[in-house]
Amino acid sequence: MTSLRSVFASATALATLSFTIPTASWAEQPIPVVATFSILGDMVERIGGEHIALTTLVGPEGDAHVYQPTPKAARSVAEADLLFMNGLEFEGWLERLAEAASFDGAMVVATTGVSPIAFEEHEDDDHDEHDEHAGHDEHDEHDEHAGHDEHDEHAGHDHGTFDPHAWQSLDNAVIYANNIAAGLAQADPANASEYYTNRAAFVAEIVALKSDIDAMMAALPADKRTVVTPHDAFGYFAEAYDLTFEAPQGMSTESEVSAADVAALITQIRRESISAVFIESITDNRMMEQIANETGATIGGTLYSDALSGETGPASTYLDMMRHNATTLSEALGS
Amino acid sequence: MIWDLMLAPFADFGFMRRALLGCIAVSVGATPVGVFLMLRHMSLTGDAMAHAILPGAAIGYLVSGLSLGAMTIGGLVAGMIVALASGFVARVTSLREDASLAAFYLISLALGVLIVSTHGNNVDLMHVLFGTVLALDDTALILLCSFASLSVLVLALLFRPLVLECADPQFLRSVSKLSGVTHFTFLALVVMNLVGGFHALGTLMAVGIMILPGAAARFWAESIAGLIAVAALIAMFSSLIGLLLSFHYSLPSGPAIILVAGVGYGLSLIFGPVGGAIAQNLPRRKFET
Repeated sequence: MTSLRSVFASATALATLSFTIPTASWAEQPIPVVATFSILGDMVERIGGEHIALTTLVGPEGDAHVYQPTPKAARSVAEADLLFMNGLEFEGWLERLAEAASFDGAMVVATTGVSPIAFEEHEDDDHDEHDEHAGHDEHDEHDEHAGHDEHDEHAGHDHGTFDPHAWQSLDNAVIYANNIAAGLAQADPANASEYYTNRAAFVAEIVALKSDIDAMMAALPADKRTVVTPHDAFGYFAEAYDLTFEAPQGMSTESEVSAADVAALITQIRRESISAVFIESITDNRMMEQIANETGATIGGTLYSDALSGETGPASTYLDMMRHNATTLSEALGS
Repeated sequence: MIWDLMLAPFADFGFMRRALLGCIAVSVGATPVGVFLMLRHMSLTGDAMAHAILPGAAIGYLVSGLSLGAMTIGGLVAGMIVALASGFVARVTSLREDASLAAFYLISLALGVLIVSTHGNNVDLMHVLFGTVLALDDTALILLCSFASLSVLVLALLFRPLVLECADPQFLRSVSKLSGVTHFTFLALVVMNLVGGFHALGTLMAVGIMILPGAAARFWAESIAGLIAVAALIAMFSSLIGLLLSFHYSLPSGPAIILVAGVGYGLSLIFGPVGGAIAQNLPRRKFET
C-alpha cells in the first residue's frame, strides 16, 4: 500500500514537473516576430537582440512595393506574436496577408507618431523653401513643375496620401526605435529593461550619425541641392536637409514612365545644370543611364532607398545605409 | 504649331529619337512576319511564342542582371526550344501543332514564373519584362536594327516558299523537301522579332506591333507585297503617334503605341476598302454605273 502511495506521489510530482518545466523553458525561448522589410527588420533586430526570432518578409535588395507574399511568409505571420510594419500604406499587401494567415498577435506600426509628409504639402514645402532660399526664378520653375507633372504622376499611385518612406530621416528613426522597443516590451515584459537598454544604445548611434550627416549636408553648396533619383523615396531626407529630389518614376516603383515625365526631368536637369544623377538598388536603372547620357550628367552612385544591401554590400544595416547615402550624395554634389 | 506638336519632341530629346528609331526597326522587322502569321492562320501563335520567350528572358535576367546579351540569348533559346519541340511533336505524333504549341508554351511560362518566384529577389521584374522604349541605349538599338535587317533578308530568301505555304501547304510539302525548313526558319523569325521587340516594348506589347498592323493592312491591300507595305507603314505611324501621345499626355509609351495601332485596326475594320464593314455592306453602286 505504501508502495502504491509512493508511486502515486511520484506520479503527481512528475505531472507537476512536466507542467512547470516547459513553462520555465518557454520564457527562455525567443518570441517569434515578423518585420515587413529589411530596413525595419534591421532595427527590430537591433532592439530585440537575442530575445526574438525575427523573420523579415521582404529581404535585402527586395522591393516592398511589388512584393508577392508566399505561403512561407503567411506561415511566419501566422506563427508570429508580433508583427512590425512601416505603415503609411507602404505595405499595401500586408492587410490581406495578415487576414489570410489569421494573424492574432499584436501589430506595431513603426511610423506611429511620425509627422508624415503629404504629397501636396511636400510640394508646398519645397516651393516655400526655394522661395526664400534661391530667389524668384527658381520659385517660378518649381511652381510650373509642381503644377503639372508631379500632380499627374501622383494621381496614378496606389500609395496613400502620405509619403511612406519615413525612415529616410534619422529623427524618424528614433521614433521607429521607440515604437519597436515599446511593442517588444509590451509583448515580453520580462525582458523589457533589456529592450530599452538596446534602444538607448541604438538611439545614441543614430544621434552620433546624425551629427556627421548634418555636417556633410550643411557643407553642400546652395546651387547643388537638387538630386535626381529613379523613384521618389527621399522626401524625408530632402525635408531634413533642404534638398530637392526629382524622380521620373514618382513615389512608387510600380508606375510606368511616360515620355512626358522623362522629358520634364531632362529639361529640368539641363536648366538647373544638375551635374549628377543617382541610381537606386531596387529599380531598373537603364532609364537613369539614358538620362545621364543625354544630359551629360554623371551617375553619382547608388543610393539605397527601400531596402538594405546584402551582407557584403555597403548598406547592410540601417545606419550603414544612411551613412552610405549621405556620403555618396556629398561626394557627388560637393565636389 | 506642327513643329511644337510633331517635331520639337524629337528635336529636343535624344531619348525620343532613340525610341522612334527602335520602334521603326521593330516595325520593319516584325510586321512582315506578322502578315505571314495572319495569312497562315497563325496569329495566335505570335502570342503563344511571346509567352514562351518570357521565362527565357527572365532566367537570363536572373543569371546576369539587366544584361542585354543574356536576356536576348535566354529569350531566343526558350522560344526556339518551344517552337522546335512543338513542331517535332506535331510531326511525330498525332497531336496537332497548335495543341502541342499551347502545351509547350504553358509549361515554359509556368517554369519561368516558378524560377522567378523561388529566386526570392523581388526586384521589379515587370519593368524588365514590359520593356522601356524610352531607355534604349546604343547596344539595344544596334541589336534591334540587326534583328530587323536579318529578318527582312531571311524573309526575302524565304518569300516564295512561304507564299506557297500560305496558298497551299499540301502542295509545297509534296513538291519540295523545303517545307519543314521553311516552317522552322519562319518560326525562328517570329521568335527573333519578338525577342527584339521585347527589348523595346516588352514581351506582351511586342506581339501587338507584330500582329495588329498586319490585321489592319488586310482591309487595305490584297497582294502580299501590298499587305507588307501597308502593315509596316501603319506600324511606323502608330509608333510615331504613340510616342507623341506619351510625350504630350503623360501616357506610358508601350501601351500608347499599341493602342494607336489598335485604333488603326478599328478604323480599317470600318472604312477599309477591301472587305471592311462599310465596303462589304454597301449596295454595289460602283458596278451598276
